[in-house]
Amino acid sequence: MDSGVIADKSKAGEDKLVIAGREFNSRLLAGTGKFASPLKMVEAIEASGSEIVTVALRRVDLDNPQDQIMAHLDPKKYLILPNTSGARNAEEAVRLARLARSAGMSDWVKLEVTPEPRYLLPDPVETFKAAQILIKEGFTVLPYINADPVLARKLADIGTATVMPLGAPIGSSRGVKTRDNIQIIIEQAFCPVVVDAGLGAPSHAAEAMEMGADAVLVNTAFSVAENPGQMAGAFKKGVEAGREAYLAGLSKPLDTAKASSPMSGLPW
Amino acid sequence: MGLSVANREFFNVWESIQGSILDHSLKRIENVNAENVREALAKIPLSSDGFLALLSASAEGEILSIEKAARELTAQRFGHTVNLYIPLYLSNVCVNNCLYCHFGKGRPKKEKTLTMEELRKEAEKILESGYKNILLVAGESKREVPLSFVENSIRLLKDIGFAFVGIETQVFTTSEYKRLGEAGLDGVTIYQETYDRDIYKKVHLSGPKRDFTWRLGGPERVAEAGIRSLGMGFLLGLGDFRREAVNLMNHVKFIQRKFWQTSVSISFPRIHDAPVNFDTVNRPSDDELVRLILATRLANPDSLLTLSTREAPKLRDRLFGVGINQVSAGSKTSPGAYSTLDAGEVADEQFPVVDGRPAGEIVTALKKKGLEQVWKDWDINLKPVSG
Repeated sequence: MDSGVIADKSKAGEDKLVIAGREFNSRLLAGTGKFASPLKMVEAIEASGSEIVTVALRRVDLDNPQDQIMAHLDPKKYLILPNTSGARNAEEAVRLARLARSAGMSDWVKLEVTPEPRYLLPDPVETFKAAQILIKEGFTVLPYINADPVLARKLADIGTATVMPLGAPIGSSRGVKTRDNIQIIIEQAFCPVVVDAGLGAPSHAAEAMEMGADAVLVNTAFSVAENPGQMAGAFKKGVEAGREAYLAGLSKPLDTAKASSPMSGLPW
Repeated sequence: MGLSVANREFFNVWESIQGSILDHSLKRIENVNAENVREALAKIPLSSDGFLALLSASAEGEILSIEKAARELTAQRFGHTVNLYIPLYLSNVCVNNCLYCHFGKGRPKKEKTLTMEELRKEAEKILESGYKNILLVAGESKREVPLSFVENSIRLLKDIGFAFVGIETQVFTTSEYKRLGEAGLDGVTIYQETYDRDIYKKVHLSGPKRDFTWRLGGPERVAEAGIRSLGMGFLLGLGDFRREAVNLMNHVKFIQRKFWQTSVSISFPRIHDAPVNFDTVNRPSDDELVRLILATRLANPDSLLTLSTREAPKLRDRLFGVGINQVSAGSKTSPGAYSTLDAGEVADEQFPVVDGRPAGEIVTALKKKGLEQVWKDWDINLKPVSG
């Protein structure tokens, strides 16, 4: 959580993202789905500067060393964050997470429980249940949630490593549509807030970071771009710009325009 | 769409739109102009009016913009990927007599039902080529293909490593689907064949499949049983495809509202080589099929759209990623054909495969279009909770 003494954090080199005690330089997390080829995926991830890369367990074949996704990701270079995409309830999500751990993949898990196949919106009840079980079993849990401040607090209370509220439905590229609720989550959070889903342009990522989000996660915007590498590079800049602006202290918008230097001599 | 779904069955909806409502909608197609098509494209997902506009012959002049919209929408929702699956025929024995099908009762054919050992051999052969998504197909016969046989087949396939197992068989009851779900069944495909009850009776001469209403309720029973994935469609070449398509869309939207956890995919099986001088006067042309697929995509941004090896390579290549994002490859349509048995032992097939390219060539064709094949998009751990 980034409340507190902002000035200290703006010193070069000290602004790290810390999740569950682990430090990261990049505040941009990348997804691995939907790419036209593994090469394009790798280009995008490299250009994004991401250090955390999420992988859908339903897409990977953990028994296959030549797996289309895993074979192209160097676990020394990235924290591979398995996700439970496709899980419809807590039980399925827990099963997938255990599978990833027993395959030696990770005990970090991005918890996704999305019972509705069209908009893939997260189920708050099942997500909470799964988080309880996984935390008890020693997992580091990063839950994908709707932008619900009360749920975010409850999850942080039971010990999730982050909360990951959506900006807009997955793949929609609509930007930070849940802005007001995300603002409350950021204000109240005791763990890092990662804005996940719906960010379609670097300006969306910058907006989330300016609001004080600790990080953002992007997938579709990279994978469907004509040039995924270039787009990922653009997002990297957007995230960095938004973060710096947040640290520098943004001026508050006013309802009416105000001249930057007051003019004199006018009667009003 | 003002469908109230609580406590309703699709049959009621179907009944309420036959006759004047459908006639009136379809009549409007005749007056569609290019401007209407462009207006339709401005509002995605398409409304039912927009959907109909795209099915009109006048839409052909706008085909490039329709294709572009469908390609972009598919990429936005699914990325640059196409799922691969393969059918495995369990049995070609069938007690139904359906005029359009080579498995029909009374047609001269070499009959075959796989034994469990043969099934394992077939499945292992398929697994070697990389497939993780398999569709079990069988004719209807209580004697040759009882429920327990389907159930055991599903268990076997899950045991040896398939991530996703679907079936395309006779329709079952809700409790039977539940039982198959417990065995690991992930998906069920049910084609209504035709939503026109008169044509339905005409082409289904005898056998349990002759019961139109029982089949129409099939998708609801699948969803009620908690099976995740539901494949729907009609057989192109029986009724007027526009009328059928509007019925299908209403069916799909009904299921999506009533069973919000069910994922619906849509297929476009077209009759090519029907037996015994079957009258295919209603068979849509390539252009019509393409427009139907693109319109279906633009009305259903979130559904997988499937195209099988019944269609020719050139047409399939054109549609990969442009609406279509699930395809079969290297298919054989007779039981035992993958691992077989000596060439002479191969049983008769249900329909001739037109796109006979093996998976490797399909992958190359996808690559050329900037698409990546997805072998595995499911996991064995995603299944209903069982004791």
